[in-house]
This record gives sequence, structure tokens and C-alpha cells, in this order.
Amino acid sequence: MNAIVLALIGMIILGLGYRYYSKFVAEKIFRLDPNYITPAHRYKDDVDFVPTNKFVLWGHHFTSVAGAAPIVGPAIAVYWGWLPAFLWVILGTVFAAGVHDFGTLVLSVRNKGQSVGTLAHRLIGQRAKILFLFIILILVLMVNAVFAWVISNLFIQFPASVLPVFIQIPLALWIGHIVYKKKQKMLVPSLIALAVMYIAAIFSSQYSFLQIDLVRYMGGDAGTGLFGLGAVSTAFFIWIVVLMIYVYIASVLPVWKLLQPRDFINSHQLVVGLGILYIGLIFVNPKITAPITNTAVGDVSWFPLLFITIACGAISGFHGLVSSGTSSKQLDKETDARFVGYLGAVGEGVLALIAIIAAITFFPSKEEFLATYSSFGAASSGGLGVFIKGASNLASGLGIPASISTTIVSIIVVSFAATTLDSSLRLMRYIIAELGVEYKMPVLEKKHVATSLAVFSSAALVLLPKGPQGLGSGGYLLWPLFGTANQLLAGISLLLISIWLKRLGRNYLVTIIPMVFVMFMTLWAMFQQVIFQWSWFGSNSNMLLFIFGAIIFVFAIWIMLTAFSALSGKYDDKIIIEDE
Amino acid sequence: MRSKMKALVNWYEEVLSMPHRREVASELRDEDDLFLLLLYSEMIGIPNPAYYYTLELYPYMMEKFHDWHLRMGMEKSPLSGFRCC
Repeated sequence: MNAIVLALIGMIILGLGYRYYSKFVAEKIFRLDPNYITPAHRYKDDVDFVPTNKFVLWGHHFTSVAGAAPIVGPAIAVYWGWLPAFLWVILGTVFAAGVHDFGTLVLSVRNKGQSVGTLAHRLIGQRAKILFLFIILILVLMVNAVFAWVISNLFIQFPASVLPVFIQIPLALWIGHIVYKKKQKMLVPSLIALAVMYIAAIFSSQYSFLQIDLVRYMGGDAGTGLFGLGAVSTAFFIWIVVLMIYVYIASVLPVWKLLQPRDFINSHQLVVGLGILYIGLIFVNPKITAPITNTAVGDVSWFPLLFITIACGAISGFHGLVSSGTSSKQLDKETDARFVGYLGAVGEGVLALIAIIAAITFFPSKEEFLATYSSFGAASSGGLGVFIKGASNLASGLGIPASISTTIVSIIVVSFAATTLDSSLRLMRYIIAELGVEYKMPVLEKKHVATSLAVFSSAALVLLPKGPQGLGSGGYLLWPLFGTANQLLAGISLLLISIWLKRLGRNYLVTIIPMVFVMFMTLWAMFQQVIFQWSWFGSNSNMLLFIFGAIIFVFAIWIMLTAFSALSGKYDDKIIIEDE
Repeated sequence: MRSKMKALVNWYEEVLSMPHRREVASELRDEDDLFLLLLYSEMIGIPNPAYYYTLELYPYMMEKFHDWHLRMGMEKSPLSGFRCC
């Protein structure tokens, strides 16, 4: 099948989903009211609550939710063939992610702009808040470990990307300085920064002395490194240490100094990346060589693991945090929620779709695809590399030489992953501090204590596990766990929307069906993995994964039970469900 | 065409600057809150030798004070000696 046709089919379904399904949900279920006074107007303070134009808000919402995760998940999930991944991304976006992001936005708007965590407290009960904090804590811990692993491996695999990525840091500091201190506009400086990065990418792909290749310095793959480790493991260890020092500094600096200017540069990269890939797709017109379904799979079944391997890009709990955290406080009119929330999810679906296409069109033949995607482990560790090469293949349609486009695509992925790492470490610091308040341990509220805890636990998680891939295997083994924690969060948010809709006496099938689906798949996948794979009598015994998996599994069961009682409750409490 | 291009650039600039503006505004607001606290600490029981003079600023601070207590989740002014709504 032709890849352009596949992209078109995907786009048309996403478009129809937005045009008809989201309209139905907006009018018949959420009954959006253009005259409703949104929190942005009611509590307007020109800081958090600011009525914002819907196009601007969409741009902000989309750049906040889109990152490396909708690329990593699909690049691994094509292991089961392209059709299951394609269907889950497209249908998941239309029926689950769209409703979830849109719903959390509306729920928050109707409840004074409060976040899902606070709403869980009000709608389910007190314990829900702590449960929520723990789930987010585990989620961000895994995000840190997985993304640190991703970046370190990309640095080893694509050493030409190191210099441009590190150049981004002084450039971001420079932008932060001139925007904040000199009060200049930020578009031109961030475009200049992007241009400098890409020029550095061109040079570093051409000249090997600009490539910071630690493995080569230690005598290549077979070389020896520190502490009796091989060259690759030592390089991995060094990169993890460098990254952890970097995120420590980045997370304690004021956000306007480094994090936000990096976001400005990265939002350009998102636009540039999507543009290059989709335009390149039209020029290259590649053939899909990956199988429709991979029947040779023997180790891990697509059902139910596909649904947790692709989290962002199909449905992601993280989006609910953004929807209810910042976007809901800036919604000008309630009817804009459909455009911002639903279309934001569609934007991410489009990113996941091109990630699938890049990975399935890269190989010259089906046999080569099957050889690379030989097992789930191979897919997990090599999927992202395949995406980068596939994406550079698409970019070649614009006349960009393969070596340069590979470096640029790897920079884009590293930048996304680094931004996610920055924000999730900062988030982890806040959660540790909040748990310190809950459990009356004031020492945890101190900035450097909380940051050190976050950095050390993340570094330990990614460095300790030693598996078939050597040091750091824990990073990619954790990916399904990231998916489950994320889906669990999405499930809770969908549940909250369902409870809210039920209490209003409305039809809540549009949210309860995806909720049951997501929860069922998550629980089933977890049960299979925790008991039959990671436990002491499992096929792939791993105590670390067993412990983490078991904790999330218990949380999931707890939430299911809470869900039943909350949905079947009589509601004689005085919870205000809707502002009058 | 040119005006559309300009509108597009403005939109993009707006998307970029939104989180930044919020962060800067939030830091400024925190500073203002601290300033307010220093001026009117007497009202919440912290002795303030300059209270007699700062009270003269009261009419100018009214609107800001109103914004502050709404932001802190209080529908009405929490201070009996400081009515604004």
C-alpha cells in the first residue's frame, strides 16, 4: 500500500472525527454554552486566568502536549504490523484521546478551573488525592528514566547530534536574557537559535571531529571503558551522569531562564519537523514494506500490549493534566473547548501517524523489517532508531542529504525528550514537596532535597537494572510501565468526567466506554506482565519491574473499586458539580 | 496576502510568548503580594511601625486588595477593617 494513501485515510478519519463526533459530544453531551462565564473571565487576574484567543490557546496546548512520547510508542508498536498501530492511533484519537482531552478541559472549566487532581479529591474522595499524587510520581519517575535512556542512546547512536543539542543550552539562556531583560519579542531570536542549531547539525554531520563520540574515543564497540565496563556501557553511564547534572541545574533555575526559551525553540522544531516529514512524504511517495500484521510474533501478544505501548498519540493521561492545569484557566468561551481540547489531541494523532509511516516505509523489504523487529525487546530498543532513519528517508524528498536529515531528526527527538525530562523532573520535585506536606515531613519541601531525591531515584532507576542489553536496560524495559501508568491516569480522568456527567443526568457512554476499554486493557496487560513475566516464577523475572508493576496494579484495582462505588453512589453529599 | 502573513506571524509570536508572559506576571504578582503584606501586616497581627503612614495608601490599594482576596479563594474581604466589596 502507498504511504500517502494511508496518511490521507488517517487524516480524513481524524477530520471527520473532529467535524462530526466532537460536535455531537460538544452539543449533546457536554452541552457547551457560549454564554457561560468561564473561569478565565470570572477569576481574571492576567496571570493564571487570562481569556485567550482560541487559536493561540490551541497552539499553546498542542505544543505542551506533543513531545517524544507519540514518536517512541508508535515506533515500537509497529512491531505487530502497521494496521494495529494505525487503527489504535486513529480510532484512539477520535474516540478516546479527543473525548478525554476535551472532557477534562470542560470538567475543569465548569469547576473553577481546578485540576483533575483536585477534582478527584472532590468527586471520589480524600484518598483519591494521595493516590493521584503517587500515580503521577511513579509516572514522572518513569518518564525521567525512560527519556534519560532515550537521549543517552541517541547520543551514542547519532554522535553528530550531541553538539547541536548542547548548543541549544547557551542559545536558550541567551533568548531568556534578551526576552526577559531586554523585553524584546521572542520569535526572531528563537528562529535564529534554531538556525544556529541546524547549521551546527550540518557541520557536525560532515566533520567527524565535531561529533562527540564517546564510544569511538574508547576504541569502538569492542573497546574497554571505566570500572571494567565495555565502551558502550561506559559511554551510556557518562551520558546519564551528564544528563542528570544538567536536569538538576535546569530544574532549580527559574523557568524563564532555560526551560521556557528551550520550549520556544522546540515548538519551532515541532512545526519544522511535521512540515518536513509530511511534505517529504508527498515527494518521496514511499511504499509500505512492513507487513499489515506481523504473524511471526511469538513472544508478546499485541492484545492487550499494543494499547499501553502507544499511550501518547492515542490516549494519554498527561494531557488531562495540561487541559485542566493551564488551558482551562485561559478558555475565552466554553464553546472553544472543542477546538482547543479535541483538536489538540488530533494534532498529536497526526504526529503519531507520521511516526508510524516513517517507521514502516524505511525498510527496502518485508524481510528486513522482520529481521530488525525480530522480538519485542529488539523493537523496544531499536524502534526509535528506525523512526529516525525512516524520517530522514522522508526528508530526503526535500533534497536534504541523508546524513544531515538523520542528525536533524535525532536532534528533534532529543530536544523533545529533553524538554519532557526537564518538566517531569520539575514536576517530580513539586510532587515530592506536596507529599512532604501531606505526610508532615517538612524536609521534603526543601528545593534541593526534593530535587536531589528526584535526580538520584531517576538515575538509579535507569542505571541499576542490568539486563540483556547491559547497563541501563531498565530504561526501555520500563516503557510498558510508562504506558500503564499513563493510561491509568487517563482512565481516572475519564471516570471523573463520567461521574460528573452522571450526576448531571446526562448520557455518559461517550466517556465510560473508552474508560472501561482503557482500564480493561491496562489491567489485563499489567496482570500478564507482573505475574507471568516479571514475578519470581515468570518467564523474564525482574524484581524491579515486578515491584513497580505490582504497585501500579494495586492502584489500578483500587481505582476500579472506587469507580464502581462512585458511579453507583447516591450522592447525598454536598459536592457542587456545576457552577450555577 | 501580506496582512494574512502578518497575522500568522503575530499568532505565532502570541503562542510563543503566552507561557513566558504568565511566568513573568506570576513572579511580579508574588512580589506585589509581599509588598502588600509588608504594608498592611498590622491588619493580620504583625506589628508594623509604618502602619500609620501606609494606611494612607489604602484608597489606592483597594482594587488590588480585592483582586488578592478573590485569588486566595475568599469571596469577601477577610479583614474587618479593610472593606472593599
